Amino acid sequence: MSQQITLTIDGQEITAQPGDKVLWAALANKIYIPHLCAIEENHTPFASCRLCFVEIKGYPSPVTACTETVQPGMAVTTRSPRVDRLVRTGFEMLMTNHRLECNICPANHSCALQRIARERGLSLKPKELPLLERNLPVDDSAPGIIYDPNKCVLCGRCVWVCKTRGAGILGFARRGFDRMVTTFRDAPLAESNCNYCDVCAGVCPVGALTIKCMS
Amino acid sequence: MKLTEEEKQIAVETSRKVSELFDPGKGNLIPILQRVQGELGYVPPEAMEVVAGYLDLPPVEVYGVVTFYNQFRTTPPGKHQVKVCMGTACHVKGGHIILDSWERRLGIKVGETTEDREYSLERVACVGCCTLAPVTLYDEEVIPKITPTKVDGLLFSHQLADKQQKEGNAGEK
Repeated sequence: MSQQITLTIDGQEITAQPGDKVLWAALANKIYIPHLCAIEENHTPFASCRLCFVEIKGYPSPVTACTETVQPGMAVTTRSPRVDRLVRTGFEMLMTNHRLECNICPANHSCALQRIARERGLSLKPKELPLLERNLPVDDSAPGIIYDPNKCVLCGRCVWVCKTRGAGILGFARRGFDRMVTTFRDAPLAESNCNYCDVCAGVCPVGALTIKCMS
Repeated sequence: MKLTEEEKQIAVETSRKVSELFDPGKGNLIPILQRVQGELGYVPPEAMEVVAGYLDLPPVEVYGVVTFYNQFRTTPPGKHQVKVCMGTACHVKGGHIILDSWERRLGIKVGETTEDREYSLERVACVGCCTLAPVTLYDEEVIPKITPTKVDGLLFSHQLADKQQKEGNAGEK
């Protein structure tokens, strides 16, 4: 019924369904574009991580691949000096308030930040910007989930899945440097209405929300 | 600081009454919260829960909005309101040092109210008298070129005045 769309990404011809976003079309064809906040099922992407920039022929400046719908004949380039610069700066800013303790982090080797750093040759430690240590308490009150806000990159994936598939207890609060993912009244998970479904831990791209090991 | 049971009750009733003046659409969240704050002077978590229930939103979403905007406060205002100016001129002249000394002297963080409900502390953008920087507003009074020692003196003199007034009142009776 629906006609397939043909477009090129990095010179490679690929097909996608009408309405697909460039990011998912690329990932489905094993073309990596850095991303943190995007969820394929969410059709109104937040585009908050600012990492999935691509160049599209005919566009004056790089755009976020997660919000751009595929068009027939579109020519997408995933790397360019402008894209690299945006991603490098965005990534560095994210890394200024992400607690780096990869060796003891449960997300080690499955972390999206490590992957981005590896794919784009970036440093996990910010080189030019100072670190913003927040030293927030780690919440291990829930029986199955550990929440370490010091590692949170505010991508909002957990908030979205909690609202659509979980108990709807996670949300953003405050603003600026103080912004964080939290529960109503900043209650620990065990004192909120959390049902410990751990979908949030399943979508967290970093080690902020993780499943508690029983050992 | 803790709210009394009576205050919680009032908060719940007021926010219920206020909510019903509006259509239960998501877009009315901020108008409702503003009205609640207009009536109560603050928006406690108890009120957020009522509003969330009325608009069919998760309470955490209302909490997010209230904590995002500076115009909302979650604790009741104190008898005296201390507003520390953090405008550009006051910032350059060490406004954060003044804010810090108020926080230490009152034993509260910005946006909070002391346990005895005497003082509440806020930061404001610009009071419009940058030549007097750094400035603090004590109720409606502008305190120009304030220093940490002036904070101590000011608090002491106001506490003394309050005490004398109380004693005076007692004496008259």
